[in-house]
Amino acid sequence: MTRDRRRTRVVRPTRLSVRDAADEAVAAVLARPARAALTVLGTLVGVAAFVAVLGLTATTSGQISKRFTALAATEVMVEDAPADPALADPGFPPDTEVRLTRLNGVEAAGVHWEASAGTDGAEAEVSARPPSVRREPGEPLTVVAASPGYLEAIHATVGSGRLYDTFHQKEGQRVAVLGKAAAQRLGITRLDHQPAIFIGDTALTVVGIVEDVRRRPETLLSVLVPSSTAALLWGEPGGAEGRPAKVLIETRLGAAQLIGGQAAVAIRPDRPERLKVTAPPDPRQLRDQVTTDLGGLFLALAGICLVIGAVGIANTTLVAVLERTAEIGLRRSLGARGRHIAAQFLSESAALGFLGGLAGTCAGVGTVVAVAVARDWTPVLEPLTVLPAPLVGALTGLLAGLYPAWRASRIEPVEALRR
Amino acid sequence: MTPPVIEFAGVGKRYPGPPQVTALRPADLVIRRGEYAAVVGPSGSGKSTFLNVAGLLDRPSEGVYRLDGIDTAGLDERDRTALRGRRIGFVFQSFHLLPHRSALENVMLSMLYTGVPRGRRRAKAAATLDLVGLAQRAHAPAGRLSGGERQRVAFARALVNRPSLLLCDEPTGNLDTATAGTVLELIAELHADGFTVVVVTHDPGVAAGAQRAVVIRDGTLTEAEPRAPAAGVAQVGEGG
Repeated sequence: MTRDRRRTRVVRPTRLSVRDAADEAVAAVLARPARAALTVLGTLVGVAAFVAVLGLTATTSGQISKRFTALAATEVMVEDAPADPALADPGFPPDTEVRLTRLNGVEAAGVHWEASAGTDGAEAEVSARPPSVRREPGEPLTVVAASPGYLEAIHATVGSGRLYDTFHQKEGQRVAVLGKAAAQRLGITRLDHQPAIFIGDTALTVVGIVEDVRRRPETLLSVLVPSSTAALLWGEPGGAEGRPAKVLIETRLGAAQLIGGQAAVAIRPDRPERLKVTAPPDPRQLRDQVTTDLGGLFLALAGICLVIGAVGIANTTLVAVLERTAEIGLRRSLGARGRHIAAQFLSESAALGFLGGLAGTCAGVGTVVAVAVARDWTPVLEPLTVLPAPLVGALTGLLAGLYPAWRASRIEPVEALRR
Repeated sequence: MTPPVIEFAGVGKRYPGPPQVTALRPADLVIRRGEYAAVVGPSGSGKSTFLNVAGLLDRPSEGVYRLDGIDTAGLDERDRTALRGRRIGFVFQSFHLLPHRSALENVMLSMLYTGVPRGRRRAKAAATLDLVGLAQRAHAPAGRLSGGERQRVAFARALVNRPSLLLCDEPTGNLDTATAGTVLELIAELHADGFTVVVVTHDPGVAAGAQRAVVIRDGTLTEAEPRAPAAGVAQVGEGG
């Protein structure tokens, strides 16, 4: 039927090419540049807010994840959690550290547990004087049995003396390293005369005082003893008293998830299910969470700005339709159909929106870069949000122009030419 | 005898109201190719209605209107618009130019919808401006042209598609006497070039320049006394 109608058309229908419509839109916008500039302000602000919010949240969450990954996200904990707590065999084999440091992505790893040096599970009494000469009780301090790898993993830095090392560990030397606060409480400030401490009746030589740690700040209030020494003196970890051994692993940035999956098998290939591995949450998830939380509110504001922009364009286009009724009449007399008139006004409003979107994108990118420079951050701009932003403006303009364009297309040429 | 361009057979126009108004009483009228006719009458006589119906801007209430031999009654809006854009050139009293665009661009506007390739529009518009004696003002914004110049641009815009019919609505209505004279000379030249011209006017002076005058009064079309040997036969009469 369409073919029949086409065949019987007496005159070739008039047409308006996309390029001509675009040219007409640009000409109309340029004819009133000041008005166009004012009209696009709303869209400009909306798109600028849109780009700035997305850019700033990406930049901020980049910062957050940078800091987050630097410490917490590089830490993996492995606990010995046997189904039967009374199980005698130790959860971690003696070569645990070696097994772990073989994994690609592990920076340092160390076994540690709270040594049961006190009686009946209470904290051990530690003193700088031998029990035979002291009158007052010792300080109740935590005694941590830790392999040298643990000291490395918590980034212990010594204020004076040194840390114990693999030699002390291997030989079960009776040495100890004190946390800064623990040393103060014991009244030990100098190591040049090789002071000793007494845990119960056991004497240990203090080889170093830890000034600071980057993980496990409670270490500063503890006495650290090589794990082999602690095992010899007070027995293996675990057992009925329930102070299970743990392994602290420091990984390289981004490797925590991977190591979390491999650690148990690497330590106990025979019974990996015995070990409970705690890896940090995926930083990407955290970052996404932050982006969602922050962005949601601001994106709503950006949306409101865009709606205001759309109303501005709709208003101006509607006024333009009323003002240019005579022009519409002229165009109809020149062969324009209603849909050509609608296309013309739609193109104009879309062009206005696009211009607003383009300027808004520039303003938004500028804002993100300026804030990042001021805060000494790295600006993060996702191409997927920046590049389509001008199109968001154009779409806003297009939607805003729908009603005015429809109105324009309905104006009868006879009526229009009377103006 | 040249073929008819406008052919009214009992064409009339009523506005339903209320109250119902008969703006154009049913009439027969033939205007042939190459004619220069004036439709003259006082305001309120139905001139605008005649112009709208003849220019396919409005549909008649009754009768058959053939333009260039095409019965317009059976055409849908798309075909009527195409016929209007391709076969009729309008010249309006108030020029209807786009003031921010140059004379050349105003003329080119006429080719926007008729499918003339973009590359040829500029040359055609320039040639037509030359035809109406305005080549030197081609790039001046329409808003800065004098009244006479604007009307010449309007003529160029109407002519550039080589329409079958040049329909002029009070073409001198907004011009001073001297300028009006030059515009009438232009119309006479266009007629001499073979264009079919219909001028709708209230001014008997303008009508006097035409080869043929049709008087319209209270919606009734009446042939005035012929002043020159008719190039074609024209009949005007009360239709049924």
